[in-house]
Amino acid sequence: MLRILRQALRIGVVTEPSPVHDDAELTRLGVELRRQIDARLGGSLAIRHVDVGSCNACELEIHALANPYHDLERFGLHFVASPRHADVLLVTGVVSRHMETALRRTWRATPAPKYVIAAGTCACDGGELGDSYAGHGPVERLIPVDLKIPGCPPAPIDLIKGLLGAFAAR
Amino acid sequence: MSRFDWLSELLVRLEEEHAITRGGDWQGLAPAYRLQLDAADWGTAGRLAAAMGLRHAGLWADPLAPSETPDGVSVIRVQACLCHEGDDLVLETEIPVAHPVIASHTPFYPGVDRLERHAHDLTGVIFNQHPDPRRWTRHRAWADDQYPLRPEFPRAGLGERRTPADADYPFVRIQGSGVYEIPVGPVHAGIIEPGHFRFQAAGEEVLRLEERLGYVHRGIEKLAVGRDPAGLVRLAGRVSGDSTVAHAWAACQALERATGGVLPARAASLRALLAERERIANHLGDIGAICNDVGFAFAHVQCARLREHWLRRNAALFGHRLLMDLLIPGGVVRDLSESEFRQLRQDHAELKRAVAPVFAVIEDHPPLDDRLIGTGILSRADAQALGCTGFVGKASGLGLDRRHDCPVPPYDQLRVEVATETAGDVAARVRVRIREVRASLWMLDRLLDALPAGEIQTPLPTPAPGAMGLGLVDGWRGETLCFVRFGAQGRIARYFPRDPSWFTWPALERLIIGNIVPDFPVCNKSVNASYAGADL
Repeated sequence: MLRILRQALRIGVVTEPSPVHDDAELTRLGVELRRQIDARLGGSLAIRHVDVGSCNACELEIHALANPYHDLERFGLHFVASPRHADVLLVTGVVSRHMETALRRTWRATPAPKYVIAAGTCACDGGELGDSYAGHGPVERLIPVDLKIPGCPPAPIDLIKGLLGAFAAR
Repeated sequence: MSRFDWLSELLVRLEEEHAITRGGDWQGLAPAYRLQLDAADWGTAGRLAAAMGLRHAGLWADPLAPSETPDGVSVIRVQACLCHEGDDLVLETEIPVAHPVIASHTPFYPGVDRLERHAHDLTGVIFNQHPDPRRWTRHRAWADDQYPLRPEFPRAGLGERRTPADADYPFVRIQGSGVYEIPVGPVHAGIIEPGHFRFQAAGEEVLRLEERLGYVHRGIEKLAVGRDPAGLVRLAGRVSGDSTVAHAWAACQALERATGGVLPARAASLRALLAERERIANHLGDIGAICNDVGFAFAHVQCARLREHWLRRNAALFGHRLLMDLLIPGGVVRDLSESEFRQLRQDHAELKRAVAPVFAVIEDHPPLDDRLIGTGILSRADAQALGCTGFVGKASGLGLDRRHDCPVPPYDQLRVEVATETAGDVAARVRVRIREVRASLWMLDRLLDALPAGEIQTPLPTPAPGAMGLGLVDGWRGETLCFVRFGAQGRIARYFPRDPSWFTWPALERLIIGNIVPDFPVCNKSVNASYAGADL
């Protein structure tokens, strides 16, 4: 227990300055996002992630949103386990035909008003994988998409910016 | 012990069984030995190889158009890679498209079960005596008499508008009083890839788990057809996003071997540097996630912090957090400057210092031990039967590592410590990963010490039509195989990436038996097989 406490105290909170990203911008984006969410969604935004044919790179970067550097939850955003609890569907990957029905059902299960965000180049325009006998390409061919966050994969900062864009634009 | 000293024995045994070998050569798929067999002897060869203890490293089918065969008849070429004592043998046979029947290797090698079903779904090869002829990769996006990898099948498909859910897949069910079924997926509760798990449980205990994958089948093999080598490597980097370096390296190696291209020594060392960085990043993330799955958030947060720091350095030095698109046929795209070189050295020393207190806690923390020791045990026999490589095999006592067993540069100049454990449980897989992080950090410094001077890329020679290449590298998840065949004008005619997950997915089905349902997430995470890598 002492070792754990010592390590936790020694490292402290790392959610502040970081060496590479522009931290001022991260904070500004976060504050702005928080304001938007407070104003429009009663203080919290529930996100349901759906992978419909990603290579898993987008998922790794979405995971990184929860790490102590980004700590997305401090802005009122959190990932939920069911589409029935979600305000936003965050969809990654080219829509594989084998996930087509699952995506439609997930979308139907999400209560209105709902936002759909296509994250990653595959979900936005098909990217390297695009059309084939196995895939439909971009997500908007199946369900209406409100916002696209391109990138292969989008870096966590791009995802945060994109999420902000989704609500600032409305 | 000289190289391939087991091959003559296999050939003798084949001859004793009156198997007709149509010739073998060292050129077609060098450095592997290529043995062409009569189709009727395919099963015999599998049986004899299994009896000699050869490991099956995968099987794939390659439909050839009439224009690609000498006598102008459509055939399907079937190839299988077998490994033993660091050497590779490729069995090859051809069967007519009109009657594409061949013996199954699954009775001797349970690990190739799904590879054979995949080959059937995409090319139409019928595997005789296959114990489980259900569809695998095919759901309902194409009909059961259509085969997407046949040359006449259009890339865009045959125009079905909507694909219904694969609702009537015949899962095996256990009947009995108190036995119930839990269906999970394809859309999971967390941020993970899609797949379906069907549990048969009694009380809390799992009696049987059946996986149903293929949900992220993107048609990678068809999308590769007609690409140029650079385009193929970009695609290979997206087979499985967490193994982008491993798959890109395997593809590059296959392309270089097919064309006789020479990889500059500096490029080889830089590739290894990237591969070890990928290994460390994934292990750090997974060690934390495993701890998190049993409620130990401290380790999760600490490991996530270290991983993020590592990824940011990737972005700063190589331009991509996950190291995508850094390998190209014939080399790599980024060199290291003197200051970047120093930066890396400093990073390695820092990470070494930073992991010490975190790993010290993970390795010796009784509440964690309570949950991880004895959980999800994969026996050595099962790991061997399925052909598990990487940390899953190593944790069950199989010390298979291509970096050690049959090293390509720069690993031939490095001491590669193969971290093996014997317990085969989740705790053993965590320990193997911890040891691999330490070993890779050590190797990274040695790679920098001995970084050769010179070019980082050379142009790939023009490939001959029909040229084939086999790439095999040890990625963070295990042995990653890549087969490439060229068509006309230097375009790819066949690409098959075989992720190590093909063999660790069935391992998960075995190691979960007898565990409680709530321990499934931690067992699954400790194996961390790739959905995308195996769905293709």
